[in-house]
Amino acid sequence: MGLLSNKNKEVLASPLSKNNPVIVQMLGICSALAVTSKLEPSIVMGLSVVGVVAFANVIISLLRNTIPNRIRIIVQLVVVAALVTIVSEVLKAFAYDVNKQLSVFVGLIITNCILMGRLEAFALGNGPWESFLDGIGNGAGYAIILVIVGFFRELLGSGTLLGIQVIPDIFYEWGYVNNGLMILPPMALIVVAVIIWVHRSRNRELQEN
Amino acid sequence: MEELLSTFVRSIFVENMIFAYYLGMCSYLAVSKNVKTALGLGMAVTFVLFCTLPINYMLENYVLKEGALSWLGDQYATVDLSFLSLIIFIAIIASFVQLVEMIVEKFAPALYSSLGIFLPLIAVNCAILGGSLFMQQKEFANVGVATVYGLGSGIGWLLAIVGIAAIREKLAYSDIPKPLKGLGITFIIAGLMGIGFMCFSGLNI
Repeated sequence: MGLLSNKNKEVLASPLSKNNPVIVQMLGICSALAVTSKLEPSIVMGLSVVGVVAFANVIISLLRNTIPNRIRIIVQLVVVAALVTIVSEVLKAFAYDVNKQLSVFVGLIITNCILMGRLEAFALGNGPWESFLDGIGNGAGYAIILVIVGFFRELLGSGTLLGIQVIPDIFYEWGYVNNGLMILPPMALIVVAVIIWVHRSRNRELQEN
Repeated sequence: MEELLSTFVRSIFVENMIFAYYLGMCSYLAVSKNVKTALGLGMAVTFVLFCTLPINYMLENYVLKEGALSWLGDQYATVDLSFLSLIIFIAIIASFVQLVEMIVEKFAPALYSSLGIFLPLIAVNCAILGGSLFMQQKEFANVGVATVYGLGSGIGWLLAIVGIAAIREKLAYSDIPKPLKGLGITFIIAGLMGIGFMCFSGLNI
């Protein structure tokens, strides 16, 4: 078995669209909505989650035969909490402003359902390398949704991307106005709903009856 | 007294866990298919929030915060254990959830089976860890305020989940575009409810 056999490619690629953690499996929605009013925190949050999911998957996968079944949730939480503490300290040291914007949501990566979902569903039954790929895939699927939502909310809500103004001044002179509602919490839900709508129109097998 | 009341009302309406911070969204969307289950989960969440916030508040102020250990003696006055707070909070929460799970299994077996996997998953309900983290951020004056904050946030969450469950029960009879069915329309409804709840923002009590 090579490092990237067909099965492993599938493990890596399916969470990006067909089995996306946010819009198909309904995991990790809380933070996907809360941090996306600007593009930059969305990217940072996405990367943090990719790192945490990948390494938590590896650690749990290595420990999977030694963890007693009854206390596995607590063991998983401790592993995840330790990793998140590392991420949170790193962010405090190197990206303090973004860390301020993310506020409690860095800590809340612990309770991000993607983590528990993947640990329970995948890492407890598969080897470390597959689990690592699964973590990267699911983290990336999550990050993609975050970046899309962050992109539209920042573009339409404040007319900027990554803090740089992209909508030319002349538009504003013609009467274009930023949609302040996009910055507010409820619009995140509606943007995600639109993403789901588009995604499911293209993938008919995902539609619910 | 006034502070307690205003914290209580604020945490239910103005700073509603779901509509202002989207905490606990996963179980909110997944368990809101009928009112009865939603009510049970809401009560379990309220109970766990109500119990864990005072405990975590005490731990934060007497063990974890910088200088919090000074009651042990002068040599501990500079110890700062705040980097441990995430692990400690989640451990307290996980053990409480275990407790609630055992209580519900013993006294309400029907509810236990209808909640299924979501009961142990309360441990990873962001609303509960979120409550503790907001408590840490807001630096409440005393343990009473923290308890009331926990209770209020729980009730706010309960209201939100029962509300959406009631709407979703009616939704079964409506004509919705196919790709939006299920998850999509639930997001839109939650968004609209959020806009409704925004009318409370800026409310001063």
